[in-house]
Amino acid sequence: MNEKTPAPPKVAGSLSASSGTPRGSFQVTDSSLIPGDSATISAWNIAFFGAIALLIALPVFRPTPFREILAFVPDGLTATFTVTICSIVLALIFGLLAGLGRIARTTIVNRIATVYVEVVRGIPLLVQLFYIYYALGPLLHLNGLMSAITALSVCYGAYLAEIFRAGIQSIPKGQMEAALALGMSRSQALWRVILPQTVKVILPPIGNEFIALLKDSSLVSILAVSDLLRRGREYASTTFNYLEAYTVVALIYLIMTLFFSRLVGIMEERLRTHGRKHH
Amino acid sequence: MAESIIRIKQAKKSFGRVQALRGVDLEVARGEVILIVGPSGSGKSTLLRSVNRLESLTSGEIWVEDDCVTSPHADIRKIREEVGMVFQSFNLFPHLSVTENIALSPTIVRKESAAVTYERAKVLLDRVGLADKAHAYPEQLSGGQQQRVAIARALAMQPKIMLFDEPTSALDPEMIKEVLDVMLDLAKEGMTMLVVSHEMGFARAAADRVIFMDDGMVVEQGSPEQVFSSPKEDRTRRFLEHIL
Repeated sequence: MNEKTPAPPKVAGSLSASSGTPRGSFQVTDSSLIPGDSATISAWNIAFFGAIALLIALPVFRPTPFREILAFVPDGLTATFTVTICSIVLALIFGLLAGLGRIARTTIVNRIATVYVEVVRGIPLLVQLFYIYYALGPLLHLNGLMSAITALSVCYGAYLAEIFRAGIQSIPKGQMEAALALGMSRSQALWRVILPQTVKVILPPIGNEFIALLKDSSLVSILAVSDLLRRGREYASTTFNYLEAYTVVALIYLIMTLFFSRLVGIMEERLRTHGRKHH
Repeated sequence: MAESIIRIKQAKKSFGRVQALRGVDLEVARGEVILIVGPSGSGKSTLLRSVNRLESLTSGEIWVEDDCVTSPHADIRKIREEVGMVFQSFNLFPHLSVTENIALSPTIVRKESAAVTYERAKVLLDRVGLADKAHAYPEQLSGGQQQRVAIARALAMQPKIMLFDEPTSALDPEMIKEVLDVMLDLAKEGMTMLVVSHEMGFARAAADRVIFMDDGMVVEQGSPEQVFSSPKEDRTRRFLEHIL
């Protein structure tokens, strides 16, 4: 279900159509070749407002069991967001370090970063979760939540590393040369010249990774973490209202991911026009 | 002639099997303006980029004043502070304003105060005729304006030597003059300049010496008059026929 393709940047499932495609070196896109904004926005509108309308209509027209479900399930949002936000922050740190490692000129650093990325991308996330929770958890005294955050941040760190690497490499070579020629050290050039330009290129794909991570956080329900999906399952298993419970869970995920994908789209649009608006 | 500020001894450079430089010797006097011409692939850019070690030589030595650029123990950053460089593609930092472009390196490399570096940026912008563009961003400038900012940026480090790598090759014809004028001023003020360019007009007006390179070697050198009007070597003559 949440099996991930190794190549970054991943598009967030079917959402990519509404959020546009990541810009920069990652994908060759020509804005005139993809459907116009009006088409994608209206598709997004149908999905987003449809989901919200459904989520409001269901408890209104069928109070039992939907009121009960809506009272019970959203508690899981705390765990879902805790896992997602902690994981993305840690993953950004791992990703930046590994991404810099991937372009480092020191062989040993480069090797370590590359092996990390290759190994992690080659193992399904679910297997990594089980490995950290069941195999390493007892040794490291990790509870479900900590295991989940560790696994997700290690895994997404590897994906983000590739985004950072590609983003840095998309900056023309002349920028580094100009900085060095002015007497800057490599790290000064990196922090003051290269990375500020990279941020602009990688924000949209990082936004998409965030959405993917939000969805993948549902995997942690297996590790006894009471996230959105687990709350739904707990409710369903006591009342046998599977269809109703999972419908609500799916709608909540859908609304969240559509919301964030729109945010990424707007951000992308801003970045594209930014700089031409200085006057 | 005054003492040499740059000494290049038997510079050789290979890129894989391609030999870009096959043993170049060159001494540049303080204040001298040298134009390097030659067909594409003759090694002139490689030679220029070796002076501040954007390219590392395969063998040979380059000295800038008392520092050996090619030594592995060289403090290359200190040398680069003394050697300004202007690129064919300008390479301004697009995320920074014109003033920030100029002030960045003195601020973070020399740790000079922002007040000092911004003031110097203002003076330099005035000098290259762009005082009104202080707050513009590179993409709002024409190619000629960008290149003049790039020159100001290099000058902000107060270098003793300026390297110009085809500074007008990426420019539309009507913008070439504004860049050459800035370079002419610089030459008149006594800056040591190494210029890879085919601008004959600039050579005649400002160059003390023209060097013709072909196939990784210096084929001929002399005053602009001598090299352009009465070249000794066949290869020089054939090349000049192409570009004149």
